[in-house]
Order: sequence, then C-alpha cells, then structure tokens
Amino acid sequence: MSVNARTMSDDELFYGHKACPGCGGALVVRQALKVLGKDAVAALPAGCMSATGFNFPQLAFANNAMITPFAATASVLSGIEAGLRAQGIKPDGCTVVGFAGDGGTADIGLQALSGAIDRNDDVLYFCYDNEAYMNTGIQRSSETPFGASTTTTPAGPSHPGCVTGKKDLFAMVAAQGIPYAATASIGYPNDLLKKVEKARDIRGTRFIHVMAPCPVGWGFPSSDTIALGKGIVDCGLWYLAEYEDGRFTLNRDPGRFASVADHLRSQSRYRALTDADIVTIEAHRDQVWQRLRQRCSCESS
Amino acid sequence: MRRFISGNDAFAEGVRLARPHVISAYPITPQTTVVEALSSMVEDGRLQAEYLHVESEHSALSAAMGASATGARTFTATSSQGLLYMAECLTYVAGGRFPVVMMNANRALALPWNIYGDQRDSLALLDHGWIQLYVQDNQEALDAALMAFAIAEDSRVSLPFMVNLDGFALTHTYEPVDVPDQAAADEFLPPYVTANKFDFDHPVSLGYSAGPEFNRYYAHAHHRDMVAAESVIDEVEERFAARFGRRYPGLVEAYRCDDAETVLVTLGSIAGLVRDVVDELRAEGRPVGLLRIRYMRPFPAAAIAEALRGASAVGVLEKDISYGAEGTVFTNVLSALARRGSVPPVRDFIGGLGGDDITREQIRDAFAELERAAAGEQYVDPVMFLGGAA
Repeated sequence: MSVNARTMSDDELFYGHKACPGCGGALVVRQALKVLGKDAVAALPAGCMSATGFNFPQLAFANNAMITPFAATASVLSGIEAGLRAQGIKPDGCTVVGFAGDGGTADIGLQALSGAIDRNDDVLYFCYDNEAYMNTGIQRSSETPFGASTTTTPAGPSHPGCVTGKKDLFAMVAAQGIPYAATASIGYPNDLLKKVEKARDIRGTRFIHVMAPCPVGWGFPSSDTIALGKGIVDCGLWYLAEYEDGRFTLNRDPGRFASVADHLRSQSRYRALTDADIVTIEAHRDQVWQRLRQRCSCESS
Repeated sequence: MRRFISGNDAFAEGVRLARPHVISAYPITPQTTVVEALSSMVEDGRLQAEYLHVESEHSALSAAMGASATGARTFTATSSQGLLYMAECLTYVAGGRFPVVMMNANRALALPWNIYGDQRDSLALLDHGWIQLYVQDNQEALDAALMAFAIAEDSRVSLPFMVNLDGFALTHTYEPVDVPDQAAADEFLPPYVTANKFDFDHPVSLGYSAGPEFNRYYAHAHHRDMVAAESVIDEVEERFAARFGRRYPGLVEAYRCDDAETVLVTLGSIAGLVRDVVDELRAEGRPVGLLRIRYMRPFPAAAIAEALRGASAVGVLEKDISYGAEGTVFTNVLSALARRGSVPPVRDFIGGLGGDDITREQIRDAFAELERAAAGEQYVDPVMFLGGAA
C-alpha cells in the first residue's frame, strides 16, 4: 500500500529531540523514518539533526543511528552497508540512510556523496535543505539562494545578502547516473512520502533533496513552516522532480507561478531586497524552469 | 611457509590471515603495494572481504568506522598526507571505540614534498587516541597485523590500532618472512565479538554527543583502557609465542641496557643498525645499549624508566621534529625519566628526515656525544640535527 499522510505509521522513530519549533529538517527525518521503519540504520553528520538528536542521555533515535564526521555522511553509509553485507546480517528491508544538511551535502560532503554514487553503494541519502549553515548560526552555504541575508552574507549597503545562487545537486547526482534521485519539499508531504517509499525499494544509491524551511534562519513564524515549504514550490523557487532510469520527471508544473514577491517578503532574510532584485530572482527562476522543462517530461500540471 | 617478501606484502599476508570483513583504502606512496596485494587477494578469492574503493583517505577511515559499527572486522592503510587527511576521523574512530586496524607507511610531510620515509606523520597524531606500534622488520610487520586485531578488539581495550612501517626501508624492502598457515591464524585470532555495534533487536545510538557534564567520563575511560592495553599486549604476545614460536618483548625492547652507561632510544627499522653499532662498541669495551620503543601509545613510561635506570646519559634518535621544541619521542622519553624523579644528561638526535640516510658513523658519533655528556660536558642545545644544520 502506498504511504501517504493519512496512512503513514503512528510509530515515532525520531522524537524527544531538541530541534526548534517549526523545524523543517526534523520533519524530513521523522517522516522518512516512518516510511523506512525500525530496521533503518541512520547516519548523520554534524548539523542540526545530530546536534538536536544525539545529546547523551537524550538520544532521539529509536532505530540504530550514529554521528559521522562532517564530510563523511556518504562514506559512513557505505561502510555500514558493506559491514552488514559482509557479515550477512543485513535484515530484509533494512535501509542504510543518511540525513545531512545542505552544507553537509553540497559543500563539505559532496566528495563522499559522489564516491558513494560512483560505487553505486546501496544507500539512501537525504539532503534536508534549509539553505544555510543553520546549526552554527545561519552562515551561507552553496545552497543559500540569491538575496538571502545570512550572518556571513549580511545585507548591507553593498549587497542585499548572498550574491550567488543554489548549487544544482539534483543535476549533479543525475549526471553520475544515480539509480534514483528526487527533489521534494516538506510542504508537499504526500509527494515526499511517495518518493521515500519509491527510493526505499530501489537498490543502489538513491538521493532525495528535500526543501526544509527554517523559521530561525529564514525569519518567519514557526507556525508557518509547512506554508513556506508549499509556497516556495508554488512560486517556482523550488521544484518537485525525479530522475529514474535516466529520465527526468517534473512531478508538479504550476503553469502559473504564485507571487515570488509575496513569498520572499514573508521572510526577514530577504528584508533588504529591492523590487529590482526581485525581478532578477524571477528572471533566474524562469531560466531554471526553462531548463527543467527541457529535460523533464511533465507528469502533471 | 618461508617467503622472501616486502614489508607491505608481509603486512598484507597478516591482514589476509586475520580475515577482515571490510577493507576501505585509498592509494598513497609508499602504502600502495599493501592495498594492491589485498585487492589481488580479494579478486582471486584468497580473502573474502568487501573492498571499498573510496575516493579519499577521509572516506577510507570514515567508511571503516561505519563498517566497524556493524561489528565487522575492518582494515585500512595509508601514509603521510593521507594520514593527516584522515586526522579528524582518527578521533571519531578512537572516541567511538571502534577497533579498526590501520597500517601506516611512515613518510615525510609536505612541504617540501617528499615521498620518502620519516616518522613525522604518525608522531604528529600521537594524541588522537590510537594505539601506535612501530615495527623494525618484515616478520614483525606480519605478526603485528595479526596481533593488532587481537589487541584492538579485546573488550578490555576496544581501541583502534595503527601499525607503523618505515616507508621504503620496510614497506619496499624484501626479507625472508615466515607466513603462518590459516588454521594456525584462526586458532590464534578469535572472531570479533562486541556490544559496541548496531543491534536490530535493541537499536542503539553510537557516537553521540556528550556535553560538559559527561564528557570527562568518556575521556577517562578511553585513557584507562589505553593504559590497560599494556597488559593485554603482553598477554597477546604470550599467546602468539605459544602458537607461533616467535616471542616479542612487550612495549619496549631493551638491548644490552642492563649495565649500559649510555643508551640510545629509537623507533622502527633504524634500531637494526643501532643494534649493530652497539655490538661494535661493546666489542671495543664501551658499555652502550639500545632501547627500542615499540609502542608509543600506550606509552610505556615505567618500562622506559626501568630500562634507562643505570644510564649516565640518554640519547633519542628519531625521524621527527616538533618545530620550535624538540623531537616528540624525546619529549615523551624525558617525561618518562622525569616521572621517576631523575633525569641524566640527554641529547636528541634528529635524523632520517625525508628519507635521509642515517649512517653507521652518525650512530657511532651519537654514542660518542653521549659519552661526553655522561662525562659532564655541557651542551647548549640538546637538539642536534644529524649530518649538520642548514
């Protein structure tokens, strides 16, 4: 049976953690583990989810889990998988799964991730993307979008915030011929759950890049996390797609985008943006979508 | 079976006999031939193991940690910059109490870039929580591979183990080596059994965080068990001798130290040449001795102090320098002497850097310098570079 928000398990495998109210990353871990089940073995590098989930004696994982060096999420996953297989002790339905942030994936962890994909190790890798180094206090990562003020790209008289755009991890892992890759957002939970379930049942390396809004780092009320996770897709600044068997699929093509300005103005990290900056962001969004539509066959609209 | 093989080949044979489940390694000179040999063994079926072709040393050791966390016997190998690239993973593996065994081919550190042997790489990482052994020949290398797993995996120890072979001097030099048969190795080395692993009936968190209120307990237990490894090393060497007939001398090897007035302390393969010089000088009637430190961690301070008890002057010969201070082995030896409450005149002979030759004549000169020191000659700087300064 397909898992969705109505049918997903009530069993909690990630609870009692110390994440902030409204944390998008915690939702990724919690929902993914509900699909993967108690035999999942999780590895998490330095980042919000390890900092909030592994504080002895307050250990938040009810499944097997461990902390990894920051750059080593994927390589630890590879080692776990090899160790279980070499001893013949990997249970049926056991998923070796990593949860790393955007910095832990797109920056410092990219080499190890590429290595795992290269070997096609049988592991599932989640990047929960809150668009900056949130655990250390909102510093810019290579997934921080243009115009976002962070503590290392502060909005000021010279710049509105970050002047670079998001590194395209989805295209990068697809370029290595990964068996399965997807993008998702916690604002579209059924889409996310469906992708987790699909990834669970595919062998080889799988990668899911999940947009995970952060109330603290983005500057919005903690009650609005889901709305922001939905809004960023609806205005076209994030997208829901899959790469499987060499084919790209766009799972949701809004046709007409919701207002980028309304989305950006709801977050204090974009407080310094001028109307001209927003026009620049919209133009860039349109370029991204042109590329996406070229490479994806559209599943629905 | 007696074979004429290199240090790397000997070590690979020892690893094969230990039957690791997972090998995770990245190539670097002069370690390469050990991982090549293991790859061939996996390919032709002599060794049933998962060989992970990782993309860096950082991933080599972190993958080894992941494998060890499943209860797998795990091996990696590296050298020099590769070891430094692993450095942060060293503390993860040690603090997580994962008994990964590593072979390190001792090699110089850049810059200047240099592929030849010295011991700056491993000595720079003494404080990273690993057991560190320095071997002097290829037979000891093979035997150390087997014993390393036995010591590291002992539940009283549960610590990772780094076996150091001098780059080229051992890794690429051929010697006759007795290669035990598999049945004997299996009798000697039991399977790895641990509670420190994932458990699907009772899931666990491994390698979590521990704040200020708990952190010292982990640090203390780590230190306590590293110290406890001293007696486990003795036990394992005893069992090894009973099984294979080769007896190792524990954490240090004292050669003609009992009545020695001057003693040269060193590590690794150069001890062979120092032993020859000791015999020469003894033949000339000069009471000299050699103390070879085998284990730098756990550090055998009491055994060193005991071996140097009668010495009127002590020198350290090492392929290492802690810039602005002195050689790291020297620092450690001085600590051992200071702990017993008396320090004789001392000299630190720095040599062999970047593969530089340490000659018989230099070792004779070092003993002559120690004899002058014993006679009361003062020296402004006890740190002396063999072969002259820049």
